[in-house]
Amino acid sequence: MSTDTETQEGGQSDEWFASAKKIYPMATHGLFRRIKWTLLFITLGIYYFLPFIRYDRGPDAPDQAVLVDLVHKRAYFFFIEIWPQEVYYLTGLLILAAVALFLMNAVAGRIWCGYLCPQTVWTDLFLWVERKIEGDRRDRIILDKEPWTFGKLAKRATKHFFWLMIAWWTGGAWVLYFSDAPTLVWQLLTFQAPLVAYTWIAILTATTYLLAGFMREQVCIYMCPWPRIQAALTDEKALNVTYRWDRGEPRGSLKQNNKLIEQGLPAGDCIDCYQCFQVCPTGVDIRNGLQLDCIQCGLCIDACDNVMTKVGKPTGLIAYDTDENIQRRIEGKESIYEIVRARTVIYAAIIALVGAIMLFALINRDFADISVLHDRNPVFVEQSDGTVRNGYTVRLANKRRHPRDFVLNVEGMPANTRVEAVGVENTFAGRPVIEVGPDTTREVRILVTSPPWEKMPSSTPVTFRITDSVMGEVVTAKDNFKAPDKP
Amino acid sequence: MADMHKNEIDRISGVETTGHEWDGLKELNNPLPRWWLYMFYACIVWAVVYWVLFPTWPMISGYTKGVLGSDQRTEAIAAFDEGVAGRSVFADKIIAASLEDISRDQELLQFALANGQAAFGDNCAPCHGSGGTGAEGYPNLQDDTWLWGGTLDDIHTTLLYGIRSENDEARIGEMPAFGRDELLSRDEVTQVANFVASRAGLETEDGVDLAAGQTLYVDNCAACHGDNLEGIQEMGAPSLMSANYLYGKSLDDIKAQVHSPRNGVMPAWVDRLDPATIKSLTVYVHSFGGGQ
Repeated sequence: MSTDTETQEGGQSDEWFASAKKIYPMATHGLFRRIKWTLLFITLGIYYFLPFIRYDRGPDAPDQAVLVDLVHKRAYFFFIEIWPQEVYYLTGLLILAAVALFLMNAVAGRIWCGYLCPQTVWTDLFLWVERKIEGDRRDRIILDKEPWTFGKLAKRATKHFFWLMIAWWTGGAWVLYFSDAPTLVWQLLTFQAPLVAYTWIAILTATTYLLAGFMREQVCIYMCPWPRIQAALTDEKALNVTYRWDRGEPRGSLKQNNKLIEQGLPAGDCIDCYQCFQVCPTGVDIRNGLQLDCIQCGLCIDACDNVMTKVGKPTGLIAYDTDENIQRRIEGKESIYEIVRARTVIYAAIIALVGAIMLFALINRDFADISVLHDRNPVFVEQSDGTVRNGYTVRLANKRRHPRDFVLNVEGMPANTRVEAVGVENTFAGRPVIEVGPDTTREVRILVTSPPWEKMPSSTPVTFRITDSVMGEVVTAKDNFKAPDKP
Repeated sequence: MADMHKNEIDRISGVETTGHEWDGLKELNNPLPRWWLYMFYACIVWAVVYWVLFPTWPMISGYTKGVLGSDQRTEAIAAFDEGVAGRSVFADKIIAASLEDISRDQELLQFALANGQAAFGDNCAPCHGSGGTGAEGYPNLQDDTWLWGGTLDDIHTTLLYGIRSENDEARIGEMPAFGRDELLSRDEVTQVANFVASRAGLETEDGVDLAAGQTLYVDNCAACHGDNLEGIQEMGAPSLMSANYLYGKSLDDIKAQVHSPRNGVMPAWVDRLDPATIKSLTVYVHSFGGGQ
């Protein structure tokens, strides 16, 4: 390596890092813009207002429809109540979410990225604020170049104020999912909320402000793994926001292309107006084809359709289409749309299967639970009357909102086996009746004593069965009864 | 070289190369975003701030303490003290409540059991075993054999004052050394031991006069161990009909115990442990399962 020329332009290192090019997306209108506004209202509406929806669960239970109660270790979703040991429902949801993402991708590309991803939705909202205050693309480019004046300062200050307000509200809504919303709002207003609430609001205010105000497309291009995965999952039959180059090329200004047509030479419909590029929130030229930076929000479709209408050409030069169709049209064949194909069917089947399993688990969810732990020390106790006693630590869970009595039965032992629950005096037909309070667990020591002088094998499998004395619900757990290994 | 590589564009990707070349392989220059570089710098700054604030660098003796004075050991001790303070609330309740009340109150019981378990491990386990099963000469607290009674109050008294301890209130009961002190002859010891063995379901030696053994028993032993070998709890005299013998259940063990008995000592805990701990231990031991 010859180092003498290396320093010539102040070294090379500057070129190894690229400053982000600022993007000034232009406003547009049309079908996809309307879809995006609608989805923005729905998703943000759900996010900001869901914690305020009430759902009556009876006395002594939170009446918030959606709540993650970290203090009492319960999660609520309308009629569903989840205990920490049932976190597998969350696993199921994550599997559903992942496969749903795959399915969306196989059907119509990055629907998630373009319309539903929080990064997209909040960036859209922030852009709207920016546009309202600083004007559209051209105005913003000019404003950026202007020297600092009072007017510029006022605009900038107003913009950041509104951004911060939205960001703050975003953080504020987040914490409402973890505590009773109306109470917490009041506590926040009177500065009596716990420190952790303020901390989380501050964190989410900062991330929202930073990610939606400044990072924007950088998040999609450099920080998010999904574009990479998506690129590996897509195929030539998946609908994607596509520039139909078979129709658009060769591109040229309206005048130039009209001239070409007069001369009987081939000319495309693309008039090279750059509208698709200017409305793009990630600064992509869709005419370069499917690319990682494109989040497929469809705004270039709107922009192009508007131009095509103005110049009197058919719309749809940029549209949801497939690579395969471009190839087919070039070969003079009809366009085909195959939504139903192996991968979409498989993804849909997986979603149906996981959904069915979750639904089944939810419908058949036990409202009682029992876990049994055999004493380790001592494993058994020989008593003066020739009996052998085993001790167990049994934990009963009552997931109902009222206290319940459970009758404990230990099966698999010889007749005349004694079963007692320490500290429990209530019995039914010689079996302990254990009361468990509403929505809680109770640990009880259970002593099982074999009949006097009965020869027990060194290990006997036993089943602990609890029966709700009123509702009849039955739950079981297995363990063993141990005895000395004597001839 | 800078000029050279500036002009060199990779034909396939259309990307400039960095000018680095290894055996003909060239590196493409896809520039990293500058903000990424700044985050790297920010991490370095963060690390430096961390060094200043928290304990970080090992030195030859000791380490840099950091200006915040944060220390996990101090934090652990603070948390421990907090726990002790939190416990004292329960301790007061335990002292105020009767033993029966503690066993009935869920919250107090949970605390007493946890507290009792810890105290048992520290004070009782050396003799009675970590599971309370004891060993030869050290009573098994898990079973239903109680020399001095297995009710909550009995256990509490035993714990407070001990057995044959130096405390004035101690439970006192002593098995005389019939053989060693020559109260009985060697043959008589054999006869009475065989008699007990025969009643306890053990094999006896041939040619031993069991009737003589029975007479000896009635004259010497029945006062404490009862006419039917059932034992008398007030004297701490064990039942000889039990499946469990403290010093071993064999003819030789019985002979040894009649000839030169061992009289084990349980210390008094009243001066060593606080009342709440002793009550917790009582409830804990009672909960083993043999409690009466």
